[in-house]
Amino acid sequence: MNAIPRFNSNRNAIGWFAMTAVIALLGWVETVQPMGVDFADLTNGIVTMDTMVRVAILTIVLVGLNLLMGYAGQVSLGHAALYGLGAYASSILCVRSGDLLGVPAWVLGSWWWPWLVMLIGMAFAGALAYLVGRPILRLQGHYLAMATLGLGIMIYILFRENLGFQGQHITGTFDGIPGVPRLRIGNFEIWPISRYYFFAWIAALGAIAFGLNVISSRTGRALRAIHDSEVAAQAMGVDVASYKVRIFAVSAILASAAGSIYAHFQTTVSPAPFSFVGSLELVVMAAVGGLSSIWGAPFGVAVILIIKEILRSRLRVVFSGASGEHEVIFYGILLVLIMIFMPEGVTVGAVRRWRLWQSRKREQVLSPAQPQAGVPR
Amino acid sequence: MKRSTYQNKYQILRYILIFLILAILVVVLGSRKNFGPLQYAQLSLDGLRGGAIYALIAMGFVIVFNVTGIINFAQGAFVTLGAMFTVTFYNLNAPLPKSLHLLLSVIAAILVTTCIGVLVERLTIYPARKSSPLTLIIITVGVFITIQGLSLLVWGADAYVFPAFTTLEMSDRVFRWLGMVIKAQSFWIWGIMVLVLVCIAYFFNFTLLGRAMRACAVNRLGARLVGISPGRMSLVSFGIAAAVGAIGGIVVAPIIRPSYDMGLSLGLKGFVAAIMGGLVSTPGAVLGGLLLGFLENVAAGVTKAGLKDIFAFILLILTLLFRPQGLLGVRKTTVETDGAH
Repeated sequence: MNAIPRFNSNRNAIGWFAMTAVIALLGWVETVQPMGVDFADLTNGIVTMDTMVRVAILTIVLVGLNLLMGYAGQVSLGHAALYGLGAYASSILCVRSGDLLGVPAWVLGSWWWPWLVMLIGMAFAGALAYLVGRPILRLQGHYLAMATLGLGIMIYILFRENLGFQGQHITGTFDGIPGVPRLRIGNFEIWPISRYYFFAWIAALGAIAFGLNVISSRTGRALRAIHDSEVAAQAMGVDVASYKVRIFAVSAILASAAGSIYAHFQTTVSPAPFSFVGSLELVVMAAVGGLSSIWGAPFGVAVILIIKEILRSRLRVVFSGASGEHEVIFYGILLVLIMIFMPEGVTVGAVRRWRLWQSRKREQVLSPAQPQAGVPR
Repeated sequence: MKRSTYQNKYQILRYILIFLILAILVVVLGSRKNFGPLQYAQLSLDGLRGGAIYALIAMGFVIVFNVTGIINFAQGAFVTLGAMFTVTFYNLNAPLPKSLHLLLSVIAAILVTTCIGVLVERLTIYPARKSSPLTLIIITVGVFITIQGLSLLVWGADAYVFPAFTTLEMSDRVFRWLGMVIKAQSFWIWGIMVLVLVCIAYFFNFTLLGRAMRACAVNRLGARLVGISPGRMSLVSFGIAAAVGAIGGIVVAPIIRPSYDMGLSLGLKGFVAAIMGGLVSTPGAVLGGLLLGFLENVAAGVTKAGLKDIFAFILLILTLLFRPQGLLGVRKTTVETDGAH
């Protein structure tokens, strides 16, 4: 009864390097433009470099969310807000900390300040997740879903409400905070988008490698045991609550890091993507990718983002007067269908069905006269 | 448990202390805005009106959770559907007196929403009934966003207008009493909430179906053994929850201008109220709803109106941290194992 397909580490390594190669190739196409072929031309303009960077950024969030949902068995309905926490930490501390906190100008102008801020954001998100998660994850049931829902909406309102502090506005209103600087290392600016593409994907691949290592470590084995049976894991001496809290904190840290990368990519941070609907979108992505599969993370993000782009551009043709918000119908139906037919997620579900089909075929070859009843389902 | 014995002794004292600190905080903040007793009374009344709505929606959460163990996030969608269908039916041209037309629209909207609730259960919950509660919760989230998206498609993004029940006009009759202003709609809301509470209490205590549902809530396997079908009970619970949610949406419609996304915040607040009530008790949900409405309105009144929602979710987090069993609940010491499937 293994609920989770276990790829051995060799395959993971091969997959990781293969993915790195593909990403590098695509980045090379964009940078060098061999024979005048631009990256956007490869996909007929549907997938742009911009989308690819977004996929990378959300992959980082999704790795954390997959760990939480698939391995710790808890759902977070406020992950977009934790993602937003990173984005707002970066934008506030890089743009407004001079006025708000009196950070001297030479610090603000230095290349390492945004990186330091990113770490501060991660630490803050992690600490917040730990503080909230610790008492709540000791309870049986899905209290974390409720708590994260509340936390997410609270944080979103704080972003939106433009709170004052010593006569200065902290978060801005719906318009958000403009003018977030680009990231630099020394004098090397990570900007034309092709450079940022490499940076974002290095971070994303790092997150994937981290996720893969976590699940094949002692923590990962403990988490899988929790996933299969909490009572049994407890009986084996696994401190269920503490592992869950740690994973929740890790997923918050990853989300916050992704948020910072998003802020420096977008340069304007507004509250809209961090609302409740944003959190739901992340859950849909996780469901498409597979709840307990790290590899599912980039897949789920890419599928949803690309479908979103296509819907945005085509929906207006199909229904006149349809706006971008109508895509939520599609999310909803997709989420329901996946959860009914493949609750372990599309990638994992597809892999399982494929294996089942293969083993059936093999048995048919071995003993064609045998009835099907003996095949374990 | 060691903790629970201590708790009984000092709990009351602790709560009184917390309440006093909060009250002082409120008065200090209020004095900066020159609030007198009148303003507080007005804020409380408005808060209790909102709270009654939350209580109605929370009852829907409780009914579904009790019978199926699912937190039905689609509850907010039923609220939207109730209000929007009533508006649609009321705007149809019919050769009827206004009051009768409104009554028929309300009844039709409740029926349609109930049918949708039943349909949702059959189409989405029933096929996945053997999945984990987490999966089912995610399914209800999916149902919620689907219905909200479809509402946007059908009714558009505009807010509609809805007549007050008493005057059947946009402007409601207003009562003034000791300097406070009370809209007639508030009495409708309180009255209907009490009526629904009584009906639900009667249904669950004195009818065969209601008792079967309670049996299902207590022990699914046991209920099955005596011939109760949990699947059917789940169906009925969704139907009732949808009807109650629709009623909540309809009575609030004259106060807020109903739109396709009204269910999101109302549903979430109802959920907070249900958690405050412990998720398993209907009276608890009502108490939670009223308390939530009261507290958030007073808190928003003394600080900033835009922060109203924050106080609701602060209450949610505080409840989960300090009283996960709810206001009326008893701390459970045993792990609940479900005998489902």
